[in-house]
Amino acid sequence: MSELFYIATFVAVAATMLALTRLHPVHALLYLVVSFLAVAMIFLSLGAPFVAVLEIIIYAGAIIVLFIFVVMMLNLGKDTALQEKRWLQPRVWLIPSLLTLLLLVEMVLLLLRGSKAPMLVSVVAPRNVSLSLYGEYIIAVELAGFLLMAGVVGAAHIGKHTKKNLHRYLQEEEDIKQK
Amino acid sequence: MLASIAALPFLGFLLLSLAGRRLPRIAIAWIGAGSVSLAAILTVLYGIHFLQSSPDSGVDRWLLWQWFTAGNLSVSVSLSVDALSLVFIFIITFVGALIHIYSTGYMRQDRDYARFFACMNLFVGAMLVLVMADNLVLLYLGWEGVGMCSYLLIGFWYESPANCQAANKAFLVTRIGDTAMLIGLFLVFSALHTLNIPAILEQAPGHFTKGAPNITLIALLLLAGGMGKSAQLPLQTWLPDAMAGPSPVSALIHAATMVTAGVYLIARMHTLFQLAPAAMMITALVGGVTLFMAGCSAMVQTDIKRILAYSTISQIGYMFLALGLGAWSAAIFHFFTHAFFKALLFLAAGAVIEALHHEQDIFRMGGLKARMPLVFYTFLAGAAALAALPFVSAGFYSKDPILWYAWSSRNGNAFLWGLSLAGAFITAFYCTRLMLVVFGGEMKTRVRELPGKAMTIPLATLAVLSVVAGCIEWPHNLLHLSLFSDLIQKVLPAPVLKEQLPAEGIFQLAAVVVTLLGIYTGYLLYHGEKSILVRWQRSPGKVMTRNFLLGGWGFDQLYDTLFVQPFLFITRVNKTDVVDRVYEGLAQVNVKFNRLLSTTQNGSLRWYIAGVLIGILFIITLQLVL
Amino acid sequence: MMHSFNAHTVLVVAALLFVLGLTGVLTRKNIIFMLISVEVMLNAAGLAFVAAGAQWHQPDGQVMFLFILAMAAAEISVGLALVLQIYHQHKTMDVEDLEELRDRPNEN
Repeated sequence: MSELFYIATFVAVAATMLALTRLHPVHALLYLVVSFLAVAMIFLSLGAPFVAVLEIIIYAGAIIVLFIFVVMMLNLGKDTALQEKRWLQPRVWLIPSLLTLLLLVEMVLLLLRGSKAPMLVSVVAPRNVSLSLYGEYIIAVELAGFLLMAGVVGAAHIGKHTKKNLHRYLQEEEDIKQK
Repeated sequence: MLASIAALPFLGFLLLSLAGRRLPRIAIAWIGAGSVSLAAILTVLYGIHFLQSSPDSGVDRWLLWQWFTAGNLSVSVSLSVDALSLVFIFIITFVGALIHIYSTGYMRQDRDYARFFACMNLFVGAMLVLVMADNLVLLYLGWEGVGMCSYLLIGFWYESPANCQAANKAFLVTRIGDTAMLIGLFLVFSALHTLNIPAILEQAPGHFTKGAPNITLIALLLLAGGMGKSAQLPLQTWLPDAMAGPSPVSALIHAATMVTAGVYLIARMHTLFQLAPAAMMITALVGGVTLFMAGCSAMVQTDIKRILAYSTISQIGYMFLALGLGAWSAAIFHFFTHAFFKALLFLAAGAVIEALHHEQDIFRMGGLKARMPLVFYTFLAGAAALAALPFVSAGFYSKDPILWYAWSSRNGNAFLWGLSLAGAFITAFYCTRLMLVVFGGEMKTRVRELPGKAMTIPLATLAVLSVVAGCIEWPHNLLHLSLFSDLIQKVLPAPVLKEQLPAEGIFQLAAVVVTLLGIYTGYLLYHGEKSILVRWQRSPGKVMTRNFLLGGWGFDQLYDTLFVQPFLFITRVNKTDVVDRVYEGLAQVNVKFNRLLSTTQNGSLRWYIAGVLIGILFIITLQLVL
Repeated sequence: MMHSFNAHTVLVVAALLFVLGLTGVLTRKNIIFMLISVEVMLNAAGLAFVAAGAQWHQPDGQVMFLFILAMAAAEISVGLALVLQIYHQHKTMDVEDLEELRDRPNEN
């Protein structure tokens, strides 16, 4: 199974890097799907099949669909890609990249300090996960329910296309022009 | 009955201040004068009852309600009347009522008719509280109440800045005395743990040793309070300026009642003063010096009301002198007669002023004897009483004992006697001057109209009283009639005399001679051709003296340079408040720091994330290094 | 069964993915790309949790992943709604143009 893990790791890292460097939003999203699938594979190799399935259904399914939906609504296409190319200058990304690289080095150094005993992977069955989830974590589950509820209400409210708002904005803009 | 005497003026005040604007003038007059008059009638009834069947203790108490309790201080609103308070209540309500009736005529054309009577009623109520109070806290309430009314009424014609300034001055100067008195009350409370007047008088002799510094300090602080209210040296400067108010106000507040509150306070606290001989001596000295200095200023004033104001200071000086000598009943008796004749003089002066288009300079009056005979005769009665003309005036009967005690009392000495004798001469002189200049000679200003009935009846009443009121107490070598001191000595001790005294008659003769001499001098100088005066006006030294006395011995300038100018200097220097600078600096540092920090709030999300990243890096680096 | 990889290796992978995501957030100006990067970071955090759970043979790591999942779903729905609103109001996707929260000392 370890080969599976390494291959999945390679795919995940490569796909993520590609996803974050693409200029066209749809391309990026497709690479992201690949990344999520690879991570799902890692989960599988870590003996967590339930989570692997959820990763595919919710991340690679629902969330990516949401993204694509928004990209379609906003009609982001070739223009956006050109714009992105203008924005992605080396002076924009060089220093942040160096900083994050430093962070990575430090994190890896910290991680490598520990013992290096190979891990024994045994499958943790969905049954155990559900028992734990609805047993000791029941309050956290309810809180997560609140969170999702708030998310739904918030998204519905914010996403509402308010004509008045737009109108006021334009009016303000006109005011500024008149000045 | 006792409570209703005090409540009536307050009722009048409430009615007038709440509904005064909507009431017709006649109703205002009835309410304003009626409430005080009714209180006066009640007082007379009560006085008869009190004299006929006075309680054994000589004190009539009336607990109304508990005011407040704090720790071991418990203050009740309770009224108590003894002979001393009764005299004061009688004067306040009776003279007050006459002045109110006079005011209905005097103020008839004023715009703020209701406000005037509301303030006057409030004053009478506060003054009654002052003299009826059973404890010092309630007394202080009345004390401040009359101070406030005085302020309101001096500045009654508030459109003129000078009047407002006079009101402010009166308020501020009396405040010095009030503060001293308040400290005195604190000391009394800290020593005796009570502010109840009978309890203080009872416990003080057991608690303090005679002449100890603490009791002397208390007595001096109370004296300072009395000096502020009663316009004694060195706090006398406010009273001449207080004449800015209407004449009835001067008569009621600044002659008859409020300015004698200091006399009342000292008489009321006589036990404390008897325990502090030094304070008694200082009281006598203050009184003696004040009566002399104020009399000198009165000699040269040209404003009729200022003459009377200085003479009031001088007469209260006599009262203080008597208090300091331990001649308590003589002081109260002088207050009693002084209230009549000085109120009369102010009211008559008011009538003159009004008849002459608000002219107050005596040298532009003149010849009024023929035109206003009634005012002339009443004024004459008042002036005679003020000058203490023998036998035919109340002033004689009250002033004569003071002169006698100035020598014969244990505290008395030749200096005080000399001062009071000089005062008697001066008083007689300026009374003559006033009469001759105002009523004699030829007419200089045309009389507009004669005072109406509302004004003449109080004048006549007071004139009769000024003549006869003294007859209830005769010098004891002449006639054994001492109704007044018999009454007062139920409350206040009799004066202690020296041994081996010369006959009292000699002193009386001296006083009479000096008084007549003063009158003759005045007649000489101001009657007929005034050649001596003209000659004096050419001599620069005499003119300078005159101006010095005219300005009240330069006290105003002295206080101006001593207190006002340095204060103004400090305020000028400290215009931008030095202490504030520290706090402003703190605020400024904060603002600077805020600017510095707010530059990081540049609105760029990526900068914020970079900040978070640098923070994480910092923490992890720490973890790695340590 | 034994594996030739240990828990640290998985954590290093998670760290790598996290840092990649962070780099994306820092370098991209387009809000959509920033949101994508945030998703990657959340995913990496989830991976770390699952790895830890697998190390100790406990279900807790997976439970935590579920919570992260719920949170990511809520976040992305609100976030995308915001993106829509921003685009409607400002006609731009550039995060540098959205600086209404900037401190303006001269205007207070």
